Amino acid sequence: MTLEVDDLRVYYRTLKGDVQALDGVSFGLRDGEILGLAGESGCGKTTLGKALIRLDGRMKHVGGSVTLDGQVLPIGDDVKMNPYRFKQVSLIPQYSMSAMNPTRKIGRMVRELLESRREKLDLDELHARLDLVELPKDVLGKYPIELSGGMKQRMVMVISTLLNPSLLIADEITSALDVSTQKAVVTTLKGFRDRGFVKSMIFITHDISLTNQLADTIMVMYAGKLAEKAPASTVVNAPKHPYTQLLISSLPEVGVRYADKRLTGIPGNPPSLLDPVPGCRFRDRCPLAFEKCAEDPPPVEVEKDHVVACWKAA
Amino acid sequence: MLKLDGVTKVYRIGAFGGQTMTAVDEAGFEIKPGEVVSLIGESGSGKSTIGKMVLRLLPPTSGTISIDGRDVRQMGKRDYYRKVQGVFQDPFSSYNPVFKADRVFAMIREVYFKGVPDKEWTAKIEAALDAVRLSPGAVLNKFPHQLSGGQLQRLLIARALLLDIEYLVADEIISMLDASTRIDVLNLLADLKQRGLGVLFITHDLALGNYISERTVVLHKGRIVEYGPTDAVFEQPEHAYTRKLLASVPQLHTKWEDAS
Ligand SMILES: Nc1ncnc2c1ncn2[C@@H]1O[C@H](COP(=O)(O)OP(=O)(O)OP(=O)(O)O)[C@@H](O)[C@H]1O
Ligand SMILES: Nc1ncnc2c1ncn2[C@@H]1O[C@H](COP(=O)(O)OP(=O)(O)OP(=O)(O)O)[C@@H](O)[C@H]1O
Ligand code: SF4
Ligand SMILES: [Mg+2]
Ligand SMILES: [Mg+2]
Repeated sequence: MTLEVDDLRVYYRTLKGDVQALDGVSFGLRDGEILGLAGESGCGKTTLGKALIRLDGRMKHVGGSVTLDGQVLPIGDDVKMNPYRFKQVSLIPQYSMSAMNPTRKIGRMVRELLESRREKLDLDELHARLDLVELPKDVLGKYPIELSGGMKQRMVMVISTLLNPSLLIADEITSALDVSTQKAVVTTLKGFRDRGFVKSMIFITHDISLTNQLADTIMVMYAGKLAEKAPASTVVNAPKHPYTQLLISSLPEVGVRYADKRLTGIPGNPPSLLDPVPGCRFRDRCPLAFEKCAEDPPPVEVEKDHVVACWKAA
Repeated sequence: MLKLDGVTKVYRIGAFGGQTMTAVDEAGFEIKPGEVVSLIGESGSGKSTIGKMVLRLLPPTSGTISIDGRDVRQMGKRDYYRKVQGVFQDPFSSYNPVFKADRVFAMIREVYFKGVPDKEWTAKIEAALDAVRLSPGAVLNKFPHQLSGGQLQRLLIARALLLDIEYLVADEIISMLDASTRIDVLNLLADLKQRGLGVLFITHDLALGNYISERTVVLHKGRIVEYGPTDAVFEQPEHAYTRKLLASVPQLHTKWEDAS
């Protein structure tokens, strides 16, 4: 096991109370495994990614633990986490393209980053990796503003994997890219794994069709909790959680036109994460809800490697 | 009608602006009221640059952009933004981080809706938020970093909608949303289009571009390589590049390895 996350709870402190954005999530990642993480906007995907590397000031580690390569990560302690960042865990943040310092040339940025980690720059290795993602060497002499979204994204991928971290978390890194660049990025990520630049990976995305091209396993979250986790093909072809089923059936195939057929999303909204009422968080929108759903459905392994948190599925 | 005519953008790059890069090369197309035009093309092909020029955030190097025959440069910015608004690819960079959501709306009110009474204004905001499926409680009174990517993106769409605009530049606005919310936002655009809104829909999601748009423009290295009714572009793409794009679309039940 590269990674073991056990009953992790991370809340945001606000004036109105705690936003329970990650509320008891458990899962593991094997060596070499790529996990696709999906779920409705606001369900806690970015929060989970950040929790594994850096809690921002308002985030509070309320409970649970994270173990990476046999070591318990001190996720609640910003300073103690420092030696792990980039070397053991690396994150490519959502909108990382705007996170690049606009006043620094890219080459200088890379050098400064490595210095801060007390590592030497291996220029040949850097060039080889740029080559792999099809960026010309001269990007190192450019400012971030001179690159298009897709080029920046690939640059960030190279930077965040330069020190061969054990776990890479990629948060929506393909969302702003055109389909052929998406394909290239996904293929590159697989290559990073196959070459051992990273051991395992969490790939956060809204694009289930794309995740299915890359991930071994897909985990679907709903309102701060795990809804379903299974091998990718099972999630796509035989999902058991009602939310996953509705999500998969919302995906349009190429060829549907608004004029001919109006697609529909899942009616209703997710519950507020400030003081959510107990019970299944999907119940207001669930077509199968019954009395029992007023109690929290625990995640249950319904068949090998297939975990579902739903009273109807167990 | 919003019209681009021979629009070109040359960026100066390098330390002293010594080199140049033609990001958009003689682009010409039009958007009629009540019509969605998809703009697709690979990363770096110049899509956002076109969007920014339409929004007058960047001046074209040559060529003209006009609305109903009038060069947009002759219109005052305040009047122009009453007609044309944009929502950008990267919401965190287009949204001033020190303003709470309420303040963002209040600024629009100060500029455009001074006389509107409080009650009416609140109702207007609630309707706009509802249209993008956000509950006011989840977003108002929050700073941008306190929202998830998709929540912020939708907040910005709601802001653009407050103005009863005529044209919307939507640069990858649905890419950060899950499949179900995407459809809601698209259906919202479809409703607005029926009420006369013209939309420049920059997207890489070809399935959804096809779903919503009347016409499609394919951009390749700054040049328009294909332009026509969406069904024609999708069914009989003429340009090799368009065919390549269509072939890269991930299909849920087919793996790339099996397809090739
Ligand atoms: N700093 C914060 N303070 C309070 N609430 C927050 C903060 N950051 C995020 N939240 C809330 O926590 C929840 C989870 O947010 P998160 O960013 O993890 O969602 P997400 O699943 O990544 O969504 P998206 O797909 O839109 O990026 C959201 O409801 C969000 O509003
Ligand atoms: N301010 C700038 N200065 C110099 N070059 C720029 C600038 N902005 C963009 N470019 C260049 O212009 C080209 C077009 O960029 P643009 O952002 O319009 O592409 P895009 O089609 O929107 O790409 P993406 O899909 O990745 O967002 C790219 O090669 C980019 O590097
Ligand atoms: S536990 Fe009940 S409400 Fe929740 S998903 Fe299952 S059936 Fe629906
Ligand atoms: Mg997110
Ligand atoms: Mg762009």
